[in-house]
Amino acid sequence: MSKNGQGLLEVLKGQESDLLADWIKEQSGVAPRRGASIRESEVRDQCKEFLGLFQSAIRDGGADDIQGPRWGGVRELLSNLSRTRGLQGFSPSETASFVFSLKKPLFTRLGRAHAKDAEGLAEATWSANQLLDSLGLYTTEVHQKAREEVISRQQQEMLELSTPVVKLWEGILALPMIGTLDSARTQVVMESLLQRIVETGSNIAIIDITGVPTVDTLTAQHLLKTVTAARLMGAECIISGIRPQIAQTIVHLGVDLGDVTTKASLADAFAIALERTGRGVRKVRAGS
Amino acid sequence: MVVTKDDTMEIRVSDHVVLVRQAVRKWSIELGFSLVDQTKMITAASELARNTLDYGKGGTVRLERVEEGMKKGLRLTFEDQGPGIPDLEKALTDGYTTGRGMGMGLSGSKRLVNEFDIATKVGEGTRVTITRWK
Repeated sequence: MSKNGQGLLEVLKGQESDLLADWIKEQSGVAPRRGASIRESEVRDQCKEFLGLFQSAIRDGGADDIQGPRWGGVRELLSNLSRTRGLQGFSPSETASFVFSLKKPLFTRLGRAHAKDAEGLAEATWSANQLLDSLGLYTTEVHQKAREEVISRQQQEMLELSTPVVKLWEGILALPMIGTLDSARTQVVMESLLQRIVETGSNIAIIDITGVPTVDTLTAQHLLKTVTAARLMGAECIISGIRPQIAQTIVHLGVDLGDVTTKASLADAFAIALERTGRGVRKVRAGS
Repeated sequence: MVVTKDDTMEIRVSDHVVLVRQAVRKWSIELGFSLVDQTKMITAASELARNTLDYGKGGTVRLERVEEGMKKGLRLTFEDQGPGIPDLEKALTDGYTTGRGMGMGLSGSKRLVNEFDIATKVGEGTRVTITRWK
C-alpha cells in the first residue's frame, strides 16, 4: 500500500463520524431541480456505506486504479446510486456532486493531519483529489449510460408501436404510417404488412401516408417495394393520404408511382376497397 | 445578395438527414413559405442530404436566409469531400444511379427549387447549392 493511501486511511478512520456529518452538510447545499428530492436518512446511509467501502478499498487496493477488483464494492454502490438518482430526475452534475462534495471536508482534515508537512500535504491532497475525481466521473458515466439505455429502449418501442396493421373489413387491411420512413422502420412496416396479409388472407391493403411529413425518392422507393411485394402475394395496395403539396412535390421530383391506385383520403381508399370486394355502404335511414 | 441568418449542420449519420429536414422546415416556415414551397424545399434538402451521406461519405449543409432587393429566400449548400462525380451530365439524367436508389434525387431536386448549382471534382468532393425564393 502506498504512503498516500496510508495517510488518507488514517484521516478516514480517525474522524469518520465527524467527517460524515460535514459531508452530509455539504450535500444539503446541493438542491436538485424539478422537485427531485431525497431523504436525509437515505443520504446518511449512502454516505456511511460509501465511507466504509472506500476505506476498505484503500486498505486492500491502495489509492489508485478504481477499475481494479478491490474497488468493486465502491463501484457498485456508486452505480446503483447514480441509476436511482438519474431516475429521480437528478442531473449528471448533481449526481456527481455526491462524490465531489466529499472533497472539502476531507481536504480540511488532510490539511490538519499534515499541518507541519507541506510536501506530504500536497502529495496526499493530489492523490485524494485524483481518486475522488475518477469516482465522480464514474458516476457521470453510469448516469449517461442509464439515460442511453432508456433512449434505446424507447426507440425500440417506437419501432413496434408505429406500425400497427389494422383490419378494416373482411379482406381489407390498413396500414397507417406515421413519421419518418427511414430504412429500419420501413423494413418493420413491410414485414408486418406482409405477415398480416398472410394471416388474414386479405386481398386489399391500404397504405395511408397522411402522417408521413416528407415523401422523397427513398420513401417512394420503399413504398413501391412494399406494393410490389404485396402484389406478389396476391394482394393489391392502395396508397392514401396524398396531400396536395405531396402530390406536387412527387410530380416535380419525377417519381412515377406506376399503376398503383392512389387516393387523397383513407375514406376514399376504403370506398374503393369495398367496391372492389363487391360491397358498398348504404344509408339505412334518412337523417343527418 | 445579403445573408441575414446562417447556420451549418453536420451530415454524418442517417439521423442527421432527419435533423436537416426539420431545420429546413423551421426556416421555411419562418420565411413564410407556402405549404407547397415548404414541402418542395424540404424534399430537395432530404434528397441532397442523403446524397451527401451516401455518395459523398458525409459532409455538411449550410443554411442561409438570403435577401435580394425585395426578394427573400432560403439557400442551402451541401458540401462533401467525397469521391466527386465523374460524369455530371449522366448524374443529372433522370433514372441514372450508381447506387441502389431510383436515380431521381439529383435531377428531381433541381426541379423543386428556383436555383440549382453543382460543382464537383473527382477525388476532391462535391458542392451543391440550391435556392428557393418566396
